[in-house]
Amino acid sequence: MADDHHHHHHHDAPRLADPELRVRALESLLTEKGLVDPAALDAIIDVYETRIGPHNGARVVARAWADPEFRRRLLRNATAAIAELGFEGSQGEHMTVLENTPEVHNMVVCTLCSCYPWPTLGLPPVWYKAPSYRSRAVADPRGVLAEFGVRLPDDVEVRVWDSSAEMRYLVLPARPPGTDGMDEAALAGLVTRDAMIGVDIVRAPGTERDG
Amino acid sequence: MSGRGRDLPLDLLPALPRDAEGPVFAAPWEAQAFAMAVELNARGAFTWKEWSEALGREIAAGTARDGGDDGSRYYEHWLAALERLVTEKRLTSGPELATRKAAWKAAAEATPHGEPIQLDAAARAAQHPPDC
Repeated sequence: MADDHHHHHHHDAPRLADPELRVRALESLLTEKGLVDPAALDAIIDVYETRIGPHNGARVVARAWADPEFRRRLLRNATAAIAELGFEGSQGEHMTVLENTPEVHNMVVCTLCSCYPWPTLGLPPVWYKAPSYRSRAVADPRGVLAEFGVRLPDDVEVRVWDSSAEMRYLVLPARPPGTDGMDEAALAGLVTRDAMIGVDIVRAPGTERDG
Repeated sequence: MSGRGRDLPLDLLPALPRDAEGPVFAAPWEAQAFAMAVELNARGAFTWKEWSEALGREIAAGTARDGGDDGSRYYEHWLAALERLVTEKRLTSGPELATRKAAWKAAAEATPHGEPIQLDAAARAAQHPPDC
């Protein structure tokens, strides 16, 4: 009889998965060569995990709703106006703000990869990076909007803007009715990340999503 | 290399903080790969345009190879683009990366469960390819 005492190597999860080994290889080599600093890498991760996020963009939107002069500056030179609030840095250069109006609804995509305004919106959500969104946002924007629960009147024009390494977009959503008495902080609390990408609309407190 | 990352043991990895609107990274290595590209760009190793194009090429190649996906393999493309760009820029080389990856694999397998995996200097030196 054959010896049954084989020691099967268990095919359970490896101690370090392939991408993790490759990241460690890169990071250790680049660190030894003085090309990256692990402390700087940790600082970058910390910034994008905690300090930068869509709450920054929401403050920009709320300021634009509350301050017509700021709104004018924002639409004329978005990078400079956003920097007034202290939001600048990597991938925040070359910003353009797109204003939603009763006639026009703007939505943003990056068909090439995932160009995204990090200082105002943080890191992109998974769906923004997905090929299905990147292709369908252009081919069928109203269908994509419907899946996000946004139904626009037929006479509203939908404009789709393709981000690139040279140009990043932030949508300035329409201020919802019934919010006249709210201050900037309260207004910022209404603004969603998706509304600033253009796949949501901002609703007044207590109003339900349709669809 | 097909299928890489599919069996990523996410359960074994400490979860990074997530924001209220969803995960920004699915695993720590994604955040590390992300940060390396940002840092190398900040230090002038490559421009963001070069990075964007390298990433776009990897994503297009991945889509052509495997069909579309739901974005969950995004950081695999990110990592592949990073490896390609740093070797093109001669910051390191393919053989150097492969040797170092093997060293990490050996270190991981030699480390008792529950202890941090360390690459010691002797192992690192021994693993250097002869002509790099």
